[in-house]
Amino acid sequence: MSVAVITEQVLPIDAVNDETYARVYGEILTKIPEDLYIPPDALAVFLEAFEGPLDLLLYLIRKQNLDILDIPVAEITRQYIAYIELMQVLNIDLAAEYLLMAALLAEIKSRLLLPKPVAANDEEEDPRAELIRRLQEYERFKKAADDIAELPQEGRDVFEAHAEAPVRDLLPTQPFTGDVALLLDAMRDVMKRTVLQQSHVVGHEGLSLQQRFQEIIERLSFGETVVFYELFPAHEGRLGVVVTFIAILELLKQKLIELVQNGFLEPIYVRQYDEAAA
Amino acid sequence: MKLSRQLVKNVIEGAIFASPMPLSVDDIAVLFADDEKLSRKELQILIKELQTEYALRALELVEVASGFRFQVRAQFSPWISKMWPDKPARLSRALLETVAIIAYRQPVTRAEIEAIRGVVVSTQIIKALFDRDWIVVVGHREVPGRPALLATTRLFLDAFSLSSLSELPPLAAVRDLETISREIENIAVEQQKT
Repeated sequence: MSVAVITEQVLPIDAVNDETYARVYGEILTKIPEDLYIPPDALAVFLEAFEGPLDLLLYLIRKQNLDILDIPVAEITRQYIAYIELMQVLNIDLAAEYLLMAALLAEIKSRLLLPKPVAANDEEEDPRAELIRRLQEYERFKKAADDIAELPQEGRDVFEAHAEAPVRDLLPTQPFTGDVALLLDAMRDVMKRTVLQQSHVVGHEGLSLQQRFQEIIERLSFGETVVFYELFPAHEGRLGVVVTFIAILELLKQKLIELVQNGFLEPIYVRQYDEAAA
Repeated sequence: MKLSRQLVKNVIEGAIFASPMPLSVDDIAVLFADDEKLSRKELQILIKELQTEYALRALELVEVASGFRFQVRAQFSPWISKMWPDKPARLSRALLETVAIIAYRQPVTRAEIEAIRGVVVSTQIIKALFDRDWIVVVGHREVPGRPALLATTRLFLDAFSLSSLSELPPLAAVRDLETISREIENIAVEQQKT
């Protein structure tokens, strides 16, 4: 077997012509450099590239431009065994299948050497037939694997394109249509709730209407929609409810916020006043 | 209410873009109300129109096994792929051969794959194929040991922009044993002559 053939495939050397031996990284060489370093792993990498005994056999057959149908069994067997001996020398883990194939090749050769019974049964197959069938079958799928590798691959050749889905507007969009009385009812509800959540905090905290404006505006500033009741901090008691309610009324008047509702008796939502929608 | 062609096309386009997964015609059909009456046939025609409208764009509307999806055309991958510093893991030959056998011969057992490849199929490869959701167990062969029968999935076809198994590159023709034996004999006869 020819080591030269193998190393050429591994090293970055392009054969140029007779006078220049090769061009290595753009530099023209006229003879093989004496200190040329062939990485000891190069051969190992090459030999490990075989996908199994059938692959190695196919390589040996193709390398000599032979047809699968016309394998010179003795010659191929000799080469095959040379390769697996090399693999053993290089300590490549040799799958048992490689040895099995060597035995099979030897068996085929010996059967070919046996004289054929003269008038004997036509039934007896050429001892090579089974191997040829397997080689052919393997070659088909080897080719199919190459074909599949050539197909446009998602993430390598083509890239799925997506766009953001429109923001799902699940919240009601109709303006609040009830009159002040309904709003007062809502406030009364909040009041009732404050009774249930009596605070035990003693002491007096001044609540600034101005500050409440700010707080409400800030809460809604990023287009958030808040349920009406949630604007009332439970711990502030009646005073807090009153201040918050006044703040809401004032902001409504100034058209800084708006109230929306899906339908009668549905929750009331508070959000920033949307000029475009109005 | 009959929707205008353009509106329907825009909805289809938007839906395919917004969906994280390819959309089938049925997936698209349910987006329209009953009174907007759109037959599968009409939808298919409009999808065709959309496909031609994209002819000059970097995107193409393709049909893969799971449905329709937009993708950046392969010709732009030299540029687009630079957005990801890590190249996608190259598929090993062992993996490709294994999935090829499963794709063309499904359903198939591991032993049958091994018989064709002539080597043991490593557990790693099978696991890698399962991890990618490219293969599934579709049953068990009723022989001792009840080996699992493997088949490829729609995601496998999607990954290679195929819409069905019939779009796989054709498998090389096999010369049957009869022909092979005859050819061998002929060769032998010729050799004897020379």
